[in-house]
Amino acid sequence: MSMVVLIGLLLIGGVIAWWTERINSDWPRWVALATVSAALLYLLRIAASLSLESFELVPDPHDGASWLLHLKLAWIPRFGINFELAMDGLSLLLVALTLLLGLIAIASSWSEIDFKTGFFQANLLWTLAGVCGVFLALDLFLFFLFWEVMLIPMYLLIAIWGHENSGYAAMKFFIFTQFSGLLMLLSIVVLAWQGAATNGLLSFSYFDLLGLPLEGPLAWVTMLGFFIAFTVKLPGFPFHTWLPDAHTQAPTAGSVLLAGILLKTGAYGLLRFCIPLFPDISAQFAPVAMGLGAAGVIYGAILAFGQTDFKRLVAYSSVSHMGFVLLGLYAWNTLALQGAVMQMVAHGVSTAALFMLAGSLQQRLHTRDMRQMGGLWHQAPRMGACAMFFALASLGLPGLGNFVAEFLILLGLFAVQPWLCAVAALGLISAAIYALWMMQQTFQGEPDTDRQMRDFNGREMLAMTTMIVALIGLGLYPQPVLDLVQPTLDALQHEVRSDFIRAVATTSAAQ
Amino acid sequence: MTGADFQSLSPLLILSGGATVLMLQIAFVRSVNLTATLTTLILALAALSCVYAGQIEEQRVTPLLLADQFALLFCALFCAAAAVTALLSHDYIQHHGDEPEEYFLLLTLSTMGACVLAYAVHVASFLLGLELLSVSLYALIAYPNKSILPLEAATKYLVLSGAASATALFGFALLYAVTGTLEFSTLGTRLGETISGQPVLIAGAAMVFAGMAFKLSIVPFHLWTPDVYDGAPSPITGYLASVAKAAVFIAVLRLFLEADLFRYQLLVELIGLMAILSMLAGNLLALLQTNIKRMLAYSSIAHIGYLLIIFMAYLTSGDRALTVEAAAYYLIAYTATTLAAFGLLTLISAQQVERENVELHHVTGLFWQRPLLAALMLVAMLSLAGIPLTAGFIAKFYLFNAAVNGQNWTLLGSLILGSGIGIYYYLRVVYYMTRRPEHQPIEPGTTQSWREFALPGALIATILLLGTMPQALMAFLESIL
Repeated sequence: MSMVVLIGLLLIGGVIAWWTERINSDWPRWVALATVSAALLYLLRIAASLSLESFELVPDPHDGASWLLHLKLAWIPRFGINFELAMDGLSLLLVALTLLLGLIAIASSWSEIDFKTGFFQANLLWTLAGVCGVFLALDLFLFFLFWEVMLIPMYLLIAIWGHENSGYAAMKFFIFTQFSGLLMLLSIVVLAWQGAATNGLLSFSYFDLLGLPLEGPLAWVTMLGFFIAFTVKLPGFPFHTWLPDAHTQAPTAGSVLLAGILLKTGAYGLLRFCIPLFPDISAQFAPVAMGLGAAGVIYGAILAFGQTDFKRLVAYSSVSHMGFVLLGLYAWNTLALQGAVMQMVAHGVSTAALFMLAGSLQQRLHTRDMRQMGGLWHQAPRMGACAMFFALASLGLPGLGNFVAEFLILLGLFAVQPWLCAVAALGLISAAIYALWMMQQTFQGEPDTDRQMRDFNGREMLAMTTMIVALIGLGLYPQPVLDLVQPTLDALQHEVRSDFIRAVATTSAAQ
Repeated sequence: MTGADFQSLSPLLILSGGATVLMLQIAFVRSVNLTATLTTLILALAALSCVYAGQIEEQRVTPLLLADQFALLFCALFCAAAAVTALLSHDYIQHHGDEPEEYFLLLTLSTMGACVLAYAVHVASFLLGLELLSVSLYALIAYPNKSILPLEAATKYLVLSGAASATALFGFALLYAVTGTLEFSTLGTRLGETISGQPVLIAGAAMVFAGMAFKLSIVPFHLWTPDVYDGAPSPITGYLASVAKAAVFIAVLRLFLEADLFRYQLLVELIGLMAILSMLAGNLLALLQTNIKRMLAYSSIAHIGYLLIIFMAYLTSGDRALTVEAAAYYLIAYTATTLAAFGLLTLISAQQVERENVELHHVTGLFWQRPLLAALMLVAMLSLAGIPLTAGFIAKFYLFNAAVNGQNWTLLGSLILGSGIGIYYYLRVVYYMTRRPEHQPIEPGTTQSWREFALPGALIATILLLGTMPQALMAFLESIL
């Protein structure tokens, strides 16, 4: 039940925040802050109550009972749908990241939003609840439900509180993700009926659908339904066009949530669902997926360099960094997978910080155009230092989380696809170019003496410091994070590898 | 007729008795409040009586009517939907008609027609129900006699719908000439015995088909829909889009099931083709609209297209009960959602006599001025778009299951494409509602009656309940099919 409490806490917190707006427009912020803090503490308490050995136990992908937490309630027996939530190390890590970045998002919206604060915070909390649901749901129907529902508050965040062209951006975001979601729904239904044909029982449970013998064109199309839905969200190379618009137009907190956690649901979906559900097809598809990943790395970096809009630059850099995740996932060896998970966390933190910076700049200067900035370091040294730190993190400076992640991915990738690895490594170099270019344009150069600018205050510095500490921690001592997810990765790798071997064995036996 | 016969027909008896009572009441005392209350009570009672009627076994009452659980379920749905329409109309019609009492009488009669359609297993009862429904609707559409638009819409509907009824009637006559029967199931057997491909048969079938396609506004027989929906008073548009369509659909489905017309593969494939056309044309044309009523008219064409998928699915599926179940769930969900959407249009135009057309920019900022109404519209739009947690999503999920089971990939492709397009125009309404009002805000209603809170609340609750806790209805549907 504790997972339900966690999600319910965020949902109810949202309602309360909305309601308290009637009393005072300051209250919703405090309510939201209290809610997310309470959720985070509650999550820590759950984790602390579990025995240490259970974190080392490899969760059986066919049996939810061996996971850290597992809950299964009958919901729609007509279709064999259960309200099934489960948590393993990976889910725990991502839920923790979600809540942490939720705090950052609240902090970044503190003084920016003054129109209908209550409804804003409510949407923010509901988005968090939806994302937590995505990371915990293990019934495919329930997963789809959270997947779609979290988009509505996100849509409202962009459409209502966004910038000059927010209607267009919000609509584009919603149509891209919904349309690909429909493809995934079709795939889920097809998969469930395939399961019914094989097991004789209609079920949408992940544990029942894993390891189905799937082949032929139908299986390919089904896999592509999942792949497209997740790659749109990631966003992978040809499906990324919604991202720059959505990021640019979203309010700061929206960008933080979008870049920090919503993108990670795509990566999580690939890791948890797409590859393990279709092991042999994914193995055949891997070169294409990795090709798209490498293309994304280079393409995102080139476009990032061409931007004059601060937020668009960071958005395209996300495309580039998430390309690494796609590469790491489809390389499917221990190092690459560790790197991909690490990248999910590190990129979440570093990009959230960069968007928060972009939002603060826009709030102060009323522009995102970097050509109108320059020399800001003189007027706002604290902002400059933070920007420098996160730009370096983004370009993969050794000692920070992003370096560990990208290095592990490249290391794992080299064993599988050395040439692609070489191409992707170029992404690291181009990252240095656009990150430093960004610093040069905004914070260095001749300052505009007429400009008055307020530096970061205590609240903003607190948020920034949290993220700086997190990235340094991840960079210098990543082992605890890797240990937390290792059992999950072991289980998934075992599942996919054994299936792959079985598939190969049956084809050779048939011959 | 035995007691059991009367019991199983109790909804129809209550409706016809109620219509008489209303007539007498109007003859002696003219009072809108009294008539509206009485109508709502009669309709609610008729809906409740379906439970009473359902307590006995399936009854064949005369050769004309079959009182099974399926018929009673839809009877209850139609009566409940009509009761909601009556409540919605109350404030609205006071501003739009000179003597609004007969409006409610017509509504009751029209609902009786819909209920007869749900019972019909015979061409005679089918046509009786159809005409009772349509003729009452002509008058209902033209009821607001202060403006020209409803009159235009009613004339259009009268001429075209009359022509469609006549076509269908002639088609049935031709079928009768060949088979010598009007009963659905015997018709099916006799059709199986005669030589197929006779010109008379084909002509008859084509005419019936065209008539029904017109009533359901399937592409290419849809051209009347936007004009009539646009011109009709908003509560009646909602009624037309939900009850009138669902009733015809149920009767046609019954005809197909009883007469086993699914064995004519070409016919079913033709329906499949028209389903694809309806989904694509409906959605694409809806994109171009700035008038919310016209947009909803085109969206209703698209939704009938989605629903028609089940005909093809029934043909190829291994689980035929699932497809009928899907159709039933879809109709229920769609009725609730459509009533909610038009209910909102009614409630916001009830105070503004002049403004029958609701353009997109008229709802600008509604979210901040009338949160409850905007929430109703939000839920209705999300349900029409098929977003989870709403009834529309479960309905679409049903269709996905039925079509995957029947392996109708082309239809599924059009369904996905159509829904993808649909997201845009449904969301556009939400976008306009959440915009910050710049110029003149919508003036808050002067009279805030209890109906303005209770009805939207109840409709939202229904749609969300059907979307989150569908098991009870699903189990019931599964048990009666």
